[in-house]
Amino acid sequence: MPRAMDTRDNRTGSGRIQHRREFLRTAARGLLLGALAALGGWAVLRRRCASPGGAACGTCPDLERCTLPPAVSTTSGRRMVWQLDPSKCIQCGRCAVNCVLSPSAVKCVHRFEMCGYCRLCFGFFQPGTSVLTSAAENQTCPTGAIRRRFVESPFYEYTIDESLCIGCGRCVKTCGAFGNGSLALQVRHDRCVNCNECAIARKCPAGAYTRVPAGQPYLFKPGQTGTQQT
Amino acid sequence: MKRALVAVLLVLSALSAYGANRFPMPQFEKGYFIPESTAPAARVAWLEVLDAGVLFAALSLAAWLVLKKRSRRGLVALTVFSVAYFGFWRAGCICPVGSIQNVALSLCGGGYVLPLTAAVFFILPLVFALLFGRVFCAAVCPLGAVQDLVVLFPVRVPRPLASLLGLIPFVYLGLGVLFAATGAAYVVCRLDPFVPLFRFGGDLPILLAGIGFLLLGIFVARPYCRFLCPYGVLLNWAARLSMWRVTITPDECVKCRLCERACPFDAIRVPNASQSGEKRRADTRRLALLLCLVPLLVLAGGWSTSRLDRVFARMHPAVRLLDAVRNGDEASRNSMAYELEAFGGSGVTKEDLAATADAVAGRYRTGGWLLGGFLGAVFGISLIGAAIRRTRETYEPDRGQCLACARCFMSCPVEHQRRREAAGRRL
Repeated sequence: MPRAMDTRDNRTGSGRIQHRREFLRTAARGLLLGALAALGGWAVLRRRCASPGGAACGTCPDLERCTLPPAVSTTSGRRMVWQLDPSKCIQCGRCAVNCVLSPSAVKCVHRFEMCGYCRLCFGFFQPGTSVLTSAAENQTCPTGAIRRRFVESPFYEYTIDESLCIGCGRCVKTCGAFGNGSLALQVRHDRCVNCNECAIARKCPAGAYTRVPAGQPYLFKPGQTGTQQT
Repeated sequence: MKRALVAVLLVLSALSAYGANRFPMPQFEKGYFIPESTAPAARVAWLEVLDAGVLFAALSLAAWLVLKKRSRRGLVALTVFSVAYFGFWRAGCICPVGSIQNVALSLCGGGYVLPLTAAVFFILPLVFALLFGRVFCAAVCPLGAVQDLVVLFPVRVPRPLASLLGLIPFVYLGLGVLFAATGAAYVVCRLDPFVPLFRFGGDLPILLAGIGFLLLGIFVARPYCRFLCPYGVLLNWAARLSMWRVTITPDECVKCRLCERACPFDAIRVPNASQSGEKRRADTRRLALLLCLVPLLVLAGGWSTSRLDRVFARMHPAVRLLDAVRNGDEASRNSMAYELEAFGGSGVTKEDLAATADAVAGRYRTGGWLLGGFLGAVFGISLIGAAIRRTRETYEPDRGQCLACARCFMSCPVEHQRRREAAGRRL
């Protein structure tokens, strides 16, 4: 900058060229800064329509077609995280191997309120197994991540040990085929690093992965929980 | 007994609808609490605000260190911090290099809303480049920082080869934006060679490429930044217009040529004398010819690239799926077996899929024209750039290519003089 100033003072031919160049640069710089500011403003404005029906929506023309869930708050509004839709999932097993994390951030989640507490649980036992013991060869889970606990005759409670689960979805497949379908694969957000493009999403054959609002990062219905059954 | 039970179960499963409760929730007698399915929350919002804040602070610090403090040592410390924070702690995501795609996707519709963090990460380094030059590249970008730490025995890449390789980032930027805007893929993220290193895992070929880049980077300084980085293209443009920029010497240049050798990126332009009138006329004629050539290059590039729409469209999952559904041979049917299974169960008709795929292909025809035109223009303008000679009286960093690493300061004897004097004043 100081050098350019120096040449500006002595109005020789090259000084004029320098001056003109500097002027063009300043103009272009101003234009680009303006464009970047406009982009930023646009991003903020679009983010504000994060709570459909709220005051920020006003008379938005897209309000009727808006698909965002109503409970999304403005602060977490347009923050998006990755999740897979269990209703589209075909349990191909790619979640287990395509995540950038090892083991995968996708885990099997047990929706207890849907569970039948079966003694013969096909999420737990290999279909066609003849002896109902928890020996490894009888279990569906390759890592033995499903824990079985006796509740009362003839019911058993099944819990997932997430430190062992690799998200292969084998138990989800058999539970869905023969049982209530209370097991589902979900991206666990305490593990997920929220890649810009999810590495599993690009390999998912069913297109089950979508970006969901960070305020509601799970795609299964929680149902009633913690209620006592008598 | 058990076999009978299995048989009953199979019948039941055939009778009942998928996912419905075949076995009702039992009525427990001994007072059993149904446990809650845990749902750990996503990363809290303020941490993302913190990321943006750290980015702003790091950029400001880098600008101060380069332009005011002129401290290479401080910049190295900041480099280490950036590798640690944006690299290992934040696992390399989100970075400004990848944010180009978020911006492209959100600008080209498709219902994708640009997350505020992505917007900030895209805009801030460009604003700083417009004001202070490429201080983002200097020590803030985790990809650049990790390469800067391994520059040990830099060799000079021959100028013609470097100019040729320097065209790759434009192609990469164009393709990255094209595939992101059409919703096919984030290729720049997918092929990011250093993210697997930051995460200690990922695709093996990409991981090996990252290690390869680091090994190569010992000799060829910052190979990714100079010959691949798509965001570097934008920063290069912005830095050409910067308000303040790196000055090698704090005072009068003594033309010792030490800085020229100190720059590992070959970004220092040497003084050149004015041309004679004879040579100048020939140059002017060539420049006029090149100016006429640019529109032709734009048209030729656009036309030829728009012919590649079928090839590009294969990147889109819907198009790949339609191919497999329609006329896949045995091999492609096997490799797409899961996709076909999912398609069979999704209830989407073949016609719907074909309509989607057609729409995608149409977008690639338009996109091909834009991409080809852009590349033609870039090629033409870089030819013009090579044809224009600017008179320089001193050694000065190239406005666009200077990564503001501050290495040249340390080689400048005038700078050492200044430091000694400053130290003397302090005593």
